[in-house]
Amino acid sequence: MRVAPVAAILLRQWYLLRGSPVRALPMFAWVGIDVVLWGFISRFLNSVSAAAINFTAVFLGAVLLWDLCGRVMQGLTTAFLEDVWTRNFLNLFASPLRISEYVTGLVIASIATSMIGLAVMLALAVPVFGLSFLALGLHLLLFLLVLYGFGVALGILASAMVLRFGPASEWLVWPIPALLSPFCAVFYPLTILPAWMRGVAYALPPSYVFEGMRAVLQGRPLALLPVLCALTLAALEIALAGYYFVRVYRRAVRTGLLARYSAETVS
Amino acid sequence: MPESTAAVALRVRDLRKNYGEVLAVDGVSFEVAAGEILGLLGPNGAGKTTIINTILAVLTPSSGSIRIGNMDVARQRSLALARTNFAAVYATLPGNLTVAQNLRFFGLIYRVRSLSRRVEELLRQFQLEALRDTKCGVLSSGELTRVALAKALLNRPRLLLLDEPTASLDPAAARDTRSLIRTLARDGDCGVLWTSHNMYEVEEVCDRVLFLSHGRILLAGDPRELPRQHGAPNLEELFIQLAREPLAHPAERLA
Repeated sequence: MRVAPVAAILLRQWYLLRGSPVRALPMFAWVGIDVVLWGFISRFLNSVSAAAINFTAVFLGAVLLWDLCGRVMQGLTTAFLEDVWTRNFLNLFASPLRISEYVTGLVIASIATSMIGLAVMLALAVPVFGLSFLALGLHLLLFLLVLYGFGVALGILASAMVLRFGPASEWLVWPIPALLSPFCAVFYPLTILPAWMRGVAYALPPSYVFEGMRAVLQGRPLALLPVLCALTLAALEIALAGYYFVRVYRRAVRTGLLARYSAETVS
Repeated sequence: MPESTAAVALRVRDLRKNYGEVLAVDGVSFEVAAGEILGLLGPNGAGKTTIINTILAVLTPSSGSIRIGNMDVARQRSLALARTNFAAVYATLPGNLTVAQNLRFFGLIYRVRSLSRRVEELLRQFQLEALRDTKCGVLSSGELTRVALAKALLNRPRLLLLDEPTASLDPAAARDTRSLIRTLARDGDCGVLWTSHNMYEVEEVCDRVLFLSHGRILLAGDPRELPRQHGAPNLEELFIQLAREPLAHPAERLA
């Protein structure tokens, strides 16, 4: 892995963000809207419920952490789509750039942009709605690691899908976080789910995070084994997504798709 | 140019590419010597772009080998492409980056040393200084061609692939570009593979040409000598004859 080609991918993202405020806006606008919406919903539920649950921590915390995972995925996919939209594949892949360097550049770019979202999220949710991620203590770092890892895996998978099925398939990849959220038990315990959905949930690292988060907020000790299981799963899923991306890339090179990439040429 | 007397910039051996039943390139072998400009000629669909794409490793050949210098493209893709570059009308640079940003971006990818100085040199060389902060998406086709050529020279390539490099240039700019590429080939020891449909340009620029049709090399030689040798008044007439002749034998084509 060489530094300069990875830096090139990052530099390109920096140029795009600097040159177009429209690109920067979604990094914090949607997070801001989610904070406001779920902040008021949580405040309302706290005011009408006699339950001994802090809805702000459970709902607002959960939605923001889930949002962060989606931002990582979308940041990576968007960085990849920049090359689709500008028909840049030939210039990129006919260069010495290695696939590992390209994907690493996309991953770092998405982590950097989602960090901005995280900062905005904390700046709004903590003072305005009294959300304290500090209640999660050091567990928060483990949770963030799992969510970032899973977001990266989803982003690589989504990029591979666009490369395989063509630019039009970007409309298939945007809803992926929404499709997965019921299985990840973002707002409710896993026990609520039917058995088959629970089976799917066990393969999704965020489900362990949200179970763990609820346990910590209810004052129960965090079981480390599920969190380690989630970390392992996230690492495995990044590796699998990377493998799939390389497979799709090699197929595109073999069939000539890469050299003629457009919506019309993909079958 | 004889293989034994000059360093070889590119060596293509028995290159084949088929898409199912369709044979796009059929056992093509050729070399480009360092300092040589080789013209790759042929009608649309002859296989020129397929050959260029296989050399650039964005298309895997069905069989055959490609060596850039002493690097095997299949096994040492990144090293081989580090000493190669290209410009093609169908590979425009990202329109949402400025001229200078594009050059810096690709300069990092090619790991160009003293990048800022190299970018300034190329901006001057291609008279792009006034356009340095202009986004490529709003440039004219001639300006875009100059930016693409500047990008193609960023890493001082030992092999340069140019697919119709002067197609969008006015006659004066086209002549300057031809002159520049000739100087680069001679002084920089760079092998150039040049495709063009402008036979006047080919005669002026290329040391040698290959005529392709239906994925095969039909003729090879000096573009100034070939018309006389084959009873054609000029290179353009020879091109037209060769482009039409294989159509009389459709069985030769698999699809």
